[in-house]
Amino acid sequence: MALLEITDLRVAFDTPDGTVNAVNGVTLSLDHGQTLGIVGESGSGKSQLAFAVMGLLAKNGRATGSVRLEGQEILNAPAAVINPIRARRIAMIFQDPMTSLNPYMRVADQMAEVLTLHMGMGKREAVDECIRMLDAVKIPDAKGRIRLYPHEFSGGMRQRVMIAMALLCRPEILIADEPTTALDVTVQAQIMALLAELRRDLRMATILITHDLGVVAGFCEEVMVMYGGQVMEKAPVDPLFAAPAHPYTRGLLRAIPRVDHHGADLDAIPGTPPNMTRAPKGCPFAPRCDYVRDACLDARVPLVEYEAGRFRACNRRVEELA
Amino acid sequence: MTDALLRVEDLRVTFALRGEGDMPWTSPRLLHAVSGVSFDLAPGETLGIVGESGCGKSTLARALIQMVPATGRAIWQGRTDLLSLSPREMLRHRADIQMVFQDPLASLNPRMTVGQIIAEPLRTHQHGLGRDAVKARVQEMMDRVGLLPNQINRYPHEFSGGQCQRIGIARALIVRPKLLICDEPVSALDVSIQAQVINLLAELQRDLGLAMIFIAHDLSVVKHISDRVMVLYLGRTMEIAPRHDLYANPQHPYTQALLSAVPIPDPAAERAKHIIPLEGDLPSPLRPPSGCVFRTRCVRARSRCADEVPVLQGVDHRTACHFPGPAPALRAEPA
Repeated sequence: MALLEITDLRVAFDTPDGTVNAVNGVTLSLDHGQTLGIVGESGSGKSQLAFAVMGLLAKNGRATGSVRLEGQEILNAPAAVINPIRARRIAMIFQDPMTSLNPYMRVADQMAEVLTLHMGMGKREAVDECIRMLDAVKIPDAKGRIRLYPHEFSGGMRQRVMIAMALLCRPEILIADEPTTALDVTVQAQIMALLAELRRDLRMATILITHDLGVVAGFCEEVMVMYGGQVMEKAPVDPLFAAPAHPYTRGLLRAIPRVDHHGADLDAIPGTPPNMTRAPKGCPFAPRCDYVRDACLDARVPLVEYEAGRFRACNRRVEELA
Repeated sequence: MTDALLRVEDLRVTFALRGEGDMPWTSPRLLHAVSGVSFDLAPGETLGIVGESGCGKSTLARALIQMVPATGRAIWQGRTDLLSLSPREMLRHRADIQMVFQDPLASLNPRMTVGQIIAEPLRTHQHGLGRDAVKARVQEMMDRVGLLPNQINRYPHEFSGGQCQRIGIARALIVRPKLLICDEPVSALDVSIQAQVINLLAELQRDLGLAMIFIAHDLSVVKHISDRVMVLYLGRTMEIAPRHDLYANPQHPYTQALLSAVPIPDPAAERAKHIIPLEGDLPSPLRPPSGCVFRTRCVRARSRCADEVPVLQGVDHRTACHFPGPAPALRAEPA
């Protein structure tokens, strides 16, 4: 049995402008110790997918489908079920460490709260464990700095505090939602190296949500590319980058400037991302796709395993894509 | 080099900070956002300025058009010092120097239509132009940046981020400037849209013979668009060189660390690459280290680096380091 099994997950939001269909039928499974990258641009539904798993959707959001943790259904589970799972089995870190930490609480207090609440530890024991964890995420002088408030840390150090906090209960799954997007590139390199090391030492399964294909290339074993709330392509990291099999993935890889290449003009993808209040009937990428056919516009394109371990949702054969 | 479009000499921007508990007689703490930056910009050239947050890259750009007060000199076309102009004189030069900002929606007035936004610089700088002439120029410019004619009466909120950035570019270019300063123009945009805007800027620059100062934290984007690149750290220039030279053969340890940290969208290359770690955090600009400001995080730092501020040395490829040279990863590894 897979550790985490997501089947036909859909997330919709009721807004004054109509229903926004953020996630439209995503299926995936994650094994112990596996690292999955979810790549997509803003509005692709990648973050809402994670929020639905954690039961953290906004009030106007509805999730349907199924999310099973070792067989146990956790989607829309009541607080009594989901609360012990959060932090103890699935932990999440967010993009902006400043807004995810409580500015009025000392780091010691908010970190220790996790352990007293979820693990029933005493306060002193909890603080000692927190100091060990801050050491593990390489915060210098952890013992002294645990008494500080979040604003007294730099952005990179705050993200380390977030990571330490997420790992306190040794979760089996870590969901990292754009963990380095707000950070400078040298700090990003430090944080990604830290995450890779912790993942190895703690044997956590990790879901890394990001828009940055470079970060995914360095960190993940498997990659899922999302667009318009649907999965366009899913494959192990090496073949996905070496031979992308979906027009969107190809387009993305050609559109990014690279520090190790110098090219002429970039191949931009024409057009703009879809408006999710009018969920497209067919492939969400069809209006921007060079290979579009009538069939792409009319009906949803299923995600098919066309080679062992490689999935794509496209009406064209791979050979047809130039 | 008398043919420089812009020659910046020893530009400094200092902010006086007052703390909460300060008494009226305590002297304010000084934050040196930019401390002595110099460079030349040729007509039609693109200078990329990179650095991490807090390195002073945006402040530098703002100082050039007196959005923040600065000292030093910024000689425009060998004649005028932009930093010493009165507001009225500056206004006359602002038609030659236009800016594109990072947040595409926030930099457009939500109560003005696209047509009004793009026309506004014309109304400010070219009073004599009749209504029809303005409209014709606006339409021409909209076409140029890829906006549709029927969008002229729409408001900014009706556009996506990429389209808003096109509006911002049209507004900047309508007065036919000689220099365009772009401050992180694509960092708020999605990858697929980012490429559209970069291509548009490159194309406009070629066609209009614009000089550009392109500020970004993304080293890949800067590499793509620039002729020369300047690396800033804590308000000082670490290295400045022609693009290919800087990326292929960086001499400053900070440039090397910065380049090694850029993720590459290629799993094999990512696994093979050697990241030069930077220890610790950026020092506070209120208390910059003595000597070389980078020395607290530099693997090559020796006592000389604490005592003596390194000056930029070299002709085309200039480096401010006492011990410049190729990165250790490029040398043969000892067995």
